[in-house]
Amino acid sequence: MRIVVLVKPVPDTASGGERLRPDDWRLDRAATTATVNANDEYALEAALKLTEAHGGEVILLTMAGTGATDTMRKALAMGAASGVLVTDDALGGSDIVSTTRVLAGALGAMEYDLAFAGADTSDGGGGVVPAGVAALLGLPYLSYAAKIEPDPAARTVRVNRINPAGYEVLEAPMPALVVATQALGEPRYPSLKGIMAARSKGLETKALADVAVVGGDAAVGGAASTTAVLSAEAPPPRGAPRVIREPADEAARQVVAFLAERRII
Amino acid sequence: MPYRLSEDQAALRDAVRILADEQIAPRAAEIDRTAEFPWDVKELLAGHDVLSLPYPEQYGGLGGDLLTVCLAVEQISRVCATSGLILAVQELASLPLLLAGSDDQKARWFPDLASGKLLIAFALTEAEAGSDVAAARTRARRDGATGDWIIDGSKRFISQGSVADLIVVFAATAETDETARHRRLSCFVVEKDMPGFGVERIEHKMGIRGSPTAELSFNGVRVPDANRIGEVGQGFEIAMRTLDRSRPGIAAQAVGIAQGALDVASAYARDRTQFGKPIAEFQMIGAMLADMDAQTEAARQLLYKACTEIDAGAPDTARWSAVCKLVAGDTAMRVTTDAVQVLGGYGYIDEFPVERMMRDAKITQLYEGTQQIQRLVIARALTARR
Repeated sequence: MRIVVLVKPVPDTASGGERLRPDDWRLDRAATTATVNANDEYALEAALKLTEAHGGEVILLTMAGTGATDTMRKALAMGAASGVLVTDDALGGSDIVSTTRVLAGALGAMEYDLAFAGADTSDGGGGVVPAGVAALLGLPYLSYAAKIEPDPAARTVRVNRINPAGYEVLEAPMPALVVATQALGEPRYPSLKGIMAARSKGLETKALADVAVVGGDAAVGGAASTTAVLSAEAPPPRGAPRVIREPADEAARQVVAFLAERRII
Repeated sequence: MPYRLSEDQAALRDAVRILADEQIAPRAAEIDRTAEFPWDVKELLAGHDVLSLPYPEQYGGLGGDLLTVCLAVEQISRVCATSGLILAVQELASLPLLLAGSDDQKARWFPDLASGKLLIAFALTEAEAGSDVAAARTRARRDGATGDWIIDGSKRFISQGSVADLIVVFAATAETDETARHRRLSCFVVEKDMPGFGVERIEHKMGIRGSPTAELSFNGVRVPDANRIGEVGQGFEIAMRTLDRSRPGIAAQAVGIAQGALDVASAYARDRTQFGKPIAEFQMIGAMLADMDAQTEAARQLLYKACTEIDAGAPDTARWSAVCKLVAGDTAMRVTTDAVQVLGGYGYIDEFPVERMMRDAKITQLYEGTQQIQRLVIARALTARR
């Protein structure tokens, strides 16, 4: 079974340097270190567990700047077998529509039984790219999966899809696109042997010209964006924390009063 | 050679740092309080191949060089010195096998040591033979009929001696006292299930409290000759060569402890407000933090340089390992003491980890040779006939 996982490098919020460029309001990726989008790690973990149980391998698919190879190595260290990076200066500033069409083109050229994606990304946060990719490729779209059970012999996959009341069980033929959730289980830490092995794993880089973009080559990248950021503001700084250092009973009383004052409780 | 860590070294260091921050740091206070060996941390390190770093690849290890092993010890010790010692001791006690063991012995034990299935301890020190290693009284006599060795005696201050599966023991094999002091000892691997081996007691300690420091007894322990490491009479030399390579591991622990204390002190000074502003803005506090950082970085760079020289086979290995341990141990003690000072009363209580780090730091000035022995080694290297 071959599972392609869409992974995106996002700014590592722990590095604390994330900011927008003041001229075009695009993320200043040079100011931060990149890390694998956390939701994608859950998707990757689920894919790794399934290939460990059923055999097969996990392949990464990323569209990002050239620096994304570092982030992809981290995902390879977790256990993915290889990766495809679509990178091209012309793709800078791509909006969701552009990104979806390029990723669909790249995925469409790959061999796979299932494609996984995270629910959304911690930078853009649109959350619709996976659905768009599935739509463009005509793949069954199984979102918010809390459990993924492929049946390689029957060529079907069954997913528990989270809904407000609990979950519903969906079944679809393979290939299909599944959106993972954190309910699938914590992603693993890469082992040191995994890190060393990742150094020699295959990372294929594709330029825009190498991808059969769904819907034609002309309209992708920043120039073709259907949306534009007009301005942005940093959130207002938080006030100083109030620390209560009283015996437990008195501290509890003050905390309750504080919350009640603000109508939080 | 570029004066930077290689990509591999940096990647391994970062992986261990994340593991330490997210999985080990939350356990550190409890490990110290309960003074129980953290088996869960040992499993964590084994499961992520951290314990396999020092072993050759052909025996299931990662074949990491000394610098890489030290990077890992440093990162773990930054959050928990007891946990950092698990790797440092595994490396220390495997060095006699690595330096003087036969291929058969390496093939027999290294795969299980690299996977972390087995732990190994290094039993050199005795109650009356500390700095004076050659004065060891534990004896090994040959059983003429079988060729086995019978070991009698006791060892004290043995790190992880009570949790190890294998104990590397140094015992006198010379029949007469006329043999030169430095030719009296031989080196053996004792397996914990061998009859006559026992753990007499676990010490109550100031620091590294989760790492059991044991007194071990050997009452007629029968050890096959296949468990002898190196030649008869080569024990002292093996021990010295081992310590020449292992002391950087303790320096790495010391650098890690210092960095951990500096991190806590910096964050505290930023957040703690007195007289209407963060105390970091008071020059006396800022200067302390700056000195702590400069000293820690200096110790770290000396350690990395020492590792690089030792890995490259420098002729003055003993000096490099002694200078880095001397500087790093003293740095850890000074920086952790200053960290407690920056935190004031909060530094003295267990609400913050710096009091633990200060207690942990002290051991780095004592074991694998006191700071005085490091100076002795350095002075001898300086004045040796050339």
